[in-house]
Amino acid sequence: MAIEILMPALSPTMEEGTLSRWLVKEGDEIKSGDVIAEIETDKATMEVEAVDEGRIGKILVEGGSEGVKVNAVIALLLEEGEDESALKEAQSSTSQKPPPDNEVKGKESKTSETPAERSESRGQEQDEDEVPDRAKRASGSSDKGRNGSSRLKASPLAKRMAEQGGLDLSTLDGSGPNGRIVKRDVEAALKDGAPKAATKDAAPETKSAPAKAEPGKISVESLHLEEGTYEVVPLDGMRKTIARRMTASFRDVPHFPLNIDIELDRLLELRSELNRKAPEGVKVSVNDMLIRACALALIRVPESNASYTDEGLVLHKHADVAVAVAIDGGLITPVIKKAETKGLAAISSEMKDLAARARERKLKPEEFQGGTFSISNLGMMGIKSFASIINEPQGMILSVGAGEKRPVVKNDALAIATMMTVTLTCDHRVVDGSVGAKFLSALKPLIEDPVTMLL
Amino acid sequence: MASENFDLIVIGGGPGGYVAAIRASQLGLKTAVVEREHLGGICLNWGCIPTKALLRTSDIYHLFQRAEEFGLKADNVRFDIEAIVKRSRKVAGRLSGGVGHLLKKNKVTVIDGEAKLEKGSQAPKVVVKGKDGESATYEAKHVILATGARARTIPAAGLEPDGKTIWTYKEAMVPETMPASILVIGSGAIGMEFASFYSTLGAKVTVVEMVDRILPAEDEEISQHAKKAFEKQGLKILTKAQVEKLETTKSGAKATIKVDGKSEAVEVEKVILAIGITGNVENLGLEELGVKIERGHVVADGYGATGVPGLYAIGDVTGAPWLAHKASHEGVICVEKIAGQDVHPMNKSNIPGCTYCHPQIASVGLTEAKAKEAGHEVRVGRFPFVGNGKAIALGEDQGLIKTVFDKKTGELLGAHMIGAEVTELIQGYVVARQLETTEAELMHTVFAHPTLSEMMHESVLDAYGRALHY
Ligand SMILES: Cc1cc2nc3c(=O)[nH]c(=O)nc-3n(C[C@H](O)[C@H](O)[C@H](O)COP(=O)(O)OP(=O)(O)OC[C@H]3O[C@@H](n4cnc5c(N)ncnc54)[C@H](O)[C@@H]3O)c2cc1C
Repeated sequence: MAIEILMPALSPTMEEGTLSRWLVKEGDEIKSGDVIAEIETDKATMEVEAVDEGRIGKILVEGGSEGVKVNAVIALLLEEGEDESALKEAQSSTSQKPPPDNEVKGKESKTSETPAERSESRGQEQDEDEVPDRAKRASGSSDKGRNGSSRLKASPLAKRMAEQGGLDLSTLDGSGPNGRIVKRDVEAALKDGAPKAATKDAAPETKSAPAKAEPGKISVESLHLEEGTYEVVPLDGMRKTIARRMTASFRDVPHFPLNIDIELDRLLELRSELNRKAPEGVKVSVNDMLIRACALALIRVPESNASYTDEGLVLHKHADVAVAVAIDGGLITPVIKKAETKGLAAISSEMKDLAARARERKLKPEEFQGGTFSISNLGMMGIKSFASIINEPQGMILSVGAGEKRPVVKNDALAIATMMTVTLTCDHRVVDGSVGAKFLSALKPLIEDPVTMLL
Repeated sequence: MASENFDLIVIGGGPGGYVAAIRASQLGLKTAVVEREHLGGICLNWGCIPTKALLRTSDIYHLFQRAEEFGLKADNVRFDIEAIVKRSRKVAGRLSGGVGHLLKKNKVTVIDGEAKLEKGSQAPKVVVKGKDGESATYEAKHVILATGARARTIPAAGLEPDGKTIWTYKEAMVPETMPASILVIGSGAIGMEFASFYSTLGAKVTVVEMVDRILPAEDEEISQHAKKAFEKQGLKILTKAQVEKLETTKSGAKATIKVDGKSEAVEVEKVILAIGITGNVENLGLEELGVKIERGHVVADGYGATGVPGLYAIGDVTGAPWLAHKASHEGVICVEKIAGQDVHPMNKSNIPGCTYCHPQIASVGLTEAKAKEAGHEVRVGRFPFVGNGKAIALGEDQGLIKTVFDKKTGELLGAHMIGAEVTELIQGYVVARQLETTEAELMHTVFAHPTLSEMMHESVLDAYGRALHY
């Protein structure tokens, strides 16, 4: 039977994606490792590589299709020696099984539908004790049966409880044998991410809002707008991710901001000197210098380089600095890993490469996931000061305002200096005011006396 | 004295202990079992198995008495109590020996003697006093307590065995003669099994139960059914009754029983105490180690952990339900957890309970009353044995299979059965519960015809108003 090529999940949070384009066509011979398609995920465009070898028999999902569910069959691959007849077989097994003989049902059709009958027909639809597994990563599956490790399993009771509770089973991890989703998993999920459909069995107290913000749940209709006065831009993966993550963070993380003014003149001087003397192609930006200064400050104040968990505060040993990069349709935060170990030239060239690929949406998930701290700089857009939302699970994010000439008092006399205001937003569960302040007071001299950051 | 180190030492060779040891050995742990009396514990030697052997005799005897009904002629059927007991002991002995072989095959070291615990480093040290009176100390990374339990007695109320007239299950299992009359105090599984055995063999049996029904752990409807069936067999059942005084007389015992505020005297030849179980927690050094003990049982979590580093407890010594399969399964979970496997505590409402009296009783999960108490809206299905072809062919048309479903989710909350062979049937529902099937899957399961198991299907159908044969 033909091999099914499935829509891959390129990140753990991905539920669906856009199949941007095919790089092969029906009839093409492919080898394992060949790039066969491009897929747009939450945050990036990724290339899909073939896992198996063979000939593309049929493309089932056209290039440019949006909302393709992870694990949907997107194409069929013919193995050596197989001809088109193998396609039919594969397709019919992909489509839903016809319900078994409905003799029993026929007999009872006189009576109005009883709950038992409802459950009976449900029993038939759900003949297979399986639901698609979003965690599946390989693009082309060579699994023979459909019930190998490529599918999540759930007990009938778990499925029914999830259905009644309005819970998407594919978002759960099963704790039963072989990862089977069982009653306790659904109960736990319903408990901490209570579904909105409040039934009378639900606990009387109002439960907290769903853990996962679902932007789709606010309808356009609910805005009561006049027809013709607006246009709706569909949510792409990135927008959904931003909506979900920012909502969750703003709701769950106790935010507070700390402001400080920092003088920039000497940093600007040093920067021009560096760039004058730097070899061809190296051009250090203010932002690159901020990244290094932040990394050093984080290492000097280790309690500030931390994440909150219920099991304990996680203190990071390295400063992985995420930098918000605005791109078409949203933003993304590529990460400079172990930034404290990297010199300005290295940071600069790495940042350039990351930002460029971010704009093309070509970052790999590991390049934009897992920072320990973030910087967001809106200075170039003239913003004086602002307070960002924490990028979970990081404990702090620094918002950088514009550098501008301001009157300042120096040695009891009025003077002019280039100043910028930075705002540190902290997650109070892990970073207290004094810790945030300690971080800022480590950061300020690194910027105001920038040769120290070269050490 | 000699000292040897193990990964795991299990104290007690009952179904909890020996199964834990075998599983541990399978997982590559160097394991020893300490047993002071005989491998197989209460279950194989003085519990489950020998009683089932006795009840087999009484079942056959009962059938002989009904011979004519089946077209047979069997006049003058008699029994030989000595031979009955001998067979029961032989069965027990054979199985106990089997456990020895199993342990050997699995390379588990068996240490004969009585164990006591002392403070150790990683886990408590195990000091074993051998039959010869010599002590040896053993150390292990983990120690599992599986010392089991014994019959509860209440000396203050005279509820104390004397081994001659007032028995516990031990003496009741090895009678020398057939008593003419017996008083059974307590109507749980153990009490009812002995009541059934002796009554079938002709003794005049009276059962006293403190609460308002016999087999109080079972669904009320099942208790009612059982009461009727037993009374029909000639048992006298006193509920809401309390033994106020129990004294031995020349010919037996005299009990003063208070029923409904009135005291009545009952004179019998023998008394069987079946008023509960208490854990073997004494003389083990548990107090010194700070092991928490509540109401005669060791407190342990779902994985057997006692809170004392390296010390675990499983089986009867940890409390209800006092069942061999519960002990064994706790042993497996505890050992797998120790070995770092991904396990979950047992779901206690998936432990089946069986009573092998005549008629048999079996159940799993919540009773109807308990389900309602827990806040479930329920759907209840019932199917009587009279509606089942196989039951009628067997001449066993008395009984009931009851199922309780959650109205909303279709979860099978509980199943309760009384009648022939139900102890063998219950496992079907246990599997269903473990796999979390709903009524839908059960309805679509094909049951062989003709079998008693068809009643399990019908009971489910009945819960949804769809029973086909009744
Ligand atoms: C009459 C009767 C009928 C029963 N029928 C059934 C039935 O049909 N089905 C069922 O599931 N259950 C039945 N049970 C219950 C069942 O026997 C127990 O649940 C089961 O034996 C518990 O197993 P265990 O391993 O926890 O303890 P036990 O079987 O009690 O084993 C404990 C072992 O530890 C040993 N030991 C104790 N202390 C020490 C020490 N300090 N050092 C060394 N060794 C020690 C004891 O000698 C014993 O061998 C019945 C019980 C009785 C009394």
